[in-house]
Amino acid sequence: MSEHVRTQEEIAARVKALESILIEKGIMTTAAVDRLVEIYENEVGPQLGAKVVARAWTDPDFKQRLLADATGACAEFGIGGLQGEDMVVVENTADVHNVIVCTLCSCYPWPVLGLPPNWYKEPAYRARVVKEPRKVLRDEFGYDLPGSVEVRVWDSSSEMRYWVLPERPEGTGGLSEAELAGLVTRDSMIGVGPAASPVS
Amino acid sequence: MNGVHDLGGTDGLGRVEVPETEPVFRAEWEKAAFAMFSMCFRAGFFGVDEFRYGIEQMHPAVYLLSPYYEHWVHTVEHYGQAKGLLDMDELDRRTQYYLEHPDASLPQRDDPDLVAFIEAVVPAGAPAGRESEKAPRFKVGDQVTVRADSPLGHTRRARYTRGRTGEIVLAHGTFIYPDSAGNGGGDAPEHVYTVKFTNAELWGPDTAEPNGVVYFDVWEPYIVPADTTGAAA
Repeated sequence: MSEHVRTQEEIAARVKALESILIEKGIMTTAAVDRLVEIYENEVGPQLGAKVVARAWTDPDFKQRLLADATGACAEFGIGGLQGEDMVVVENTADVHNVIVCTLCSCYPWPVLGLPPNWYKEPAYRARVVKEPRKVLRDEFGYDLPGSVEVRVWDSSSEMRYWVLPERPEGTGGLSEAELAGLVTRDSMIGVGPAASPVS
Repeated sequence: MNGVHDLGGTDGLGRVEVPETEPVFRAEWEKAAFAMFSMCFRAGFFGVDEFRYGIEQMHPAVYLLSPYYEHWVHTVEHYGQAKGLLDMDELDRRTQYYLEHPDASLPQRDDPDLVAFIEAVVPAGAPAGRESEKAPRFKVGDQVTVRADSPLGHTRRARYTRGRTGEIVLAHGTFIYPDSAGNGGGDAPEHVYTVKFTNAELWGPDTAEPNGVVYFDVWEPYIVPADTTGAAA
């Protein structure tokens, strides 16, 4: 167990050394790294969760299925897989606000949100959001919840992957499902912000 | 283990740093470190619970100060060394080489099976649910208390929940038990439940924010029936 905190240059050299050994042992290839990176940079991200949310906003039957069995409902879109094998969606309402965290590591629903932002994985958010969620949302994310709204924090300690169905914004009655999906932000599905309002 | 990774409720860690935007990977090395998880998993370095336990054994100061994906590098090294899959002297020697020659290229090998593995595992996942004949000891609505002792080795029984009492609100079925699989044992499936705790139960009435709850998932051995006779649990 080393107590040396490596510089970026040292980490880069260490990773390259490790990768070179793993390549020679037949465990890794640069082509496989490139493909995996391409998937999470370009194919799997919050745009997928946004499609699911927009459907739930416009189709009450689908919303019911999503809240009862998120994994099955997402599979209707062909969405699912690694780090989302067992998903649970929790619904925000006028009276209830949900927010997700993983205090023990960095569990996050990859198939619908992609890879987590760094702040989600870093110590401050993980330590604080279970203890002072209102303060974290207000001071760090500019999202001030009224005292009348119950705040529910979901600590992803098992392999269940929680994510949030945000409230549909006001004034979106005439929007198409695709336009609605454009309002669904990553942060709104983590629960650290609302869905975006339509540009008037 | 009572490790620094068990962060829930820790004070003094400062602001949450939220940049306006950031790339999925902030450096080239993060891409390779990220990919090592899937490929070393395939090669038998670790299961996901062991993977986490390797990270938990990092030096606590380094854990807190290092960029996130470096944690993944540590656990690959940890199991590579422990299972005799990596020659650490060779790793040190090559590290020195790449420090002195940061633009030196990597060895090239082709293996279409590895790309095919990536294409298959991302959409299919690696489910942790496991069949079990065990009947559940608890049901939704039960009041339960999380065991308060300090287990050695890997556990998901976070300190801030230990000794606390809440209500089971969801029952998920049986899953790999991290306290077994993370410590080199078998899957040993156990029932998983979601327990709802009030903020006041977790943090005390003087510290707790009003009108809030925390949901935390437990495996059945983590909990006992709450003592409802009025004595403190």
